[in-house]
Amino acid sequence: MTDVLLETRNVSKSFGALQASKDVSLDLRAGEIHALIGPNGAGKSTLIKQIAGGLKPDAGQVFLQGQDVTALNTPARAKRGLGRTFQISALAMEDTVLQNVVLGALGAGGSPFRFWKPALKNPDLREVAEEALTRVGLQDHATTRTAELSHGQRRQLEVAVALTLKPKAFVMDEPMAGLGTEGSKRLTTFLDGLRSEAPILLVEHDMDAVFALADRISVLVYGAVIATGTVADIRANPDVRAAYLGDEE
Amino acid sequence: MTQMTRETLFNLAMMAGLILFPLWAWIADEPFMITLATKAVILALAGVGLNLALGLGGLVSLGHAAFFGLGGYAMGILASHAQSYSPILETPFVIEGTKSMPVIWLTAIISSGLAALAIGALSLRTSGVYFIMITLAFGQMLYFFAISWPAYGGEDGLSIYVRNGFPGLNTLDPIQFYGICFTVLTIVLILCARLAKSPFGLALNAARQTAERVETVGISPYKLRLVAFTLSGMITGLAGALFADLNRFVSPTMFSWQTSGEIMVFIIIGGVARLFGPVVGAVIFIALEHLLGGLSDYWHIYLGILLLLIVLFARGGVIGTLAGKENAHD
Repeated sequence: MTDVLLETRNVSKSFGALQASKDVSLDLRAGEIHALIGPNGAGKSTLIKQIAGGLKPDAGQVFLQGQDVTALNTPARAKRGLGRTFQISALAMEDTVLQNVVLGALGAGGSPFRFWKPALKNPDLREVAEEALTRVGLQDHATTRTAELSHGQRRQLEVAVALTLKPKAFVMDEPMAGLGTEGSKRLTTFLDGLRSEAPILLVEHDMDAVFALADRISVLVYGAVIATGTVADIRANPDVRAAYLGDEE
Repeated sequence: MTQMTRETLFNLAMMAGLILFPLWAWIADEPFMITLATKAVILALAGVGLNLALGLGGLVSLGHAAFFGLGGYAMGILASHAQSYSPILETPFVIEGTKSMPVIWLTAIISSGLAALAIGALSLRTSGVYFIMITLAFGQMLYFFAISWPAYGGEDGLSIYVRNGFPGLNTLDPIQFYGICFTVLTIVLILCARLAKSPFGLALNAARQTAERVETVGISPYKLRLVAFTLSGMITGLAGALFADLNRFVSPTMFSWQTSGEIMVFIIIGGVARLFGPVVGAVIFIALEHLLGGLSDYWHIYLGILLLLIVLFARGGVIGTLAGKENAHD
């Protein structure tokens, strides 16, 4: 096991007649960005949910740092080092930016079952939270209500909350979705630097970002991985071109 | 120093009112007014309990009468045994009744807390309308149990002839009993204010808005909600014990779903998730009951109209309307 941090082995999942995941085996190795691409409805989100813990596979296993976590729920997997961002921002909109990252810090370091001292005055929680905000460039928005953030800033906050956990592996579901060109570029640079800390399984539709970032790409079509390889392999693969990339040239 | 928000000012004014009104009634020798204020304060406490689950946790419980009633019956059972000089239990060991408020409160808090833990553990596996229905069902189960249990009065309830005692105070004096209830409410409000800003409050509040996010940072929303529901039941249970002591009477009505509904109405009138929401709501409710109840037995019609107006035009309740949006900057 040469530092494989996250792995799915023969994961299958059906919803009635629809097979959303077909015998999917993937791995995420230290230091890499592994992009997962595929047309809409290919089963990317279903696969992500099975990796993160929201859905149990019908068959197959999920491994995190070599340990079988298939039976564990989402919080347990998060505790074991899985950091996740959502396609549609899942943030506490009524709360401030700082409160959202402090929530992450709370999950990462210590128990939420503390009832007396204010969370925002806890120096340990604040340090972790503020560091994460600074890293994504939101440090000046700490007291802004999350609902008042721009779409791009919410995407940044998503990443910041995941950072507070200091995960061993990231799973990011379309972090670029809805970002402008400028925002995409900035996030691309950021993720590029992040991979050395923890590898990223990246679901993304923005092909410029995928080709710029990915060490390896897996292509998911109708629930099955039809190809895995480097950017060059995938670009040259005739099946992938037929199924997904199309004849753009 | 943090700047005082309009809501804080409003809350302070409310506290001042809760001190000055009974003081006036005491000086003017209007014991009935003191009793009304006591009732408002106790019902406010019941609402503060529910507000912890409903406001902060987003748990719409229509079964909080269960805890209110348990608190009431904790008082009724302990005090009735004390007044008849018969122990509650003889084998395997003797448990005597008591007329001591602190012991009764503790019993009320523990029994309603255990009930909330059990009811919550089952109910919190559901959400939305199902959660409302299952909490309602548990409340109704206790209601019918109380009706059909002849040992403690059944449908007729239990009368306690002398109000229970508190060390060093004359609880039969309305203003002293008011003082006890007001102090309890104040302490619970302080605890709740601390709790709302604590790590637990922050996580619970986030779990209401986005449970998915809370899970992905490694916290189980179920556990947060279960603890919140239990604490909530304990507070409402304590209010039940005080309410029984106020009336010197307990009956299955305390368990009825109308009671659950009324507790929720306080919160909606005052403002959901606002610290003082249930306090304002209970005061308005009692004032309307007193003022309009004198005009017509059907005063609930006016309450209904008020509720309708608030739900349609003032979602934040009275506090939301007067104090504006909640301040997110802590």
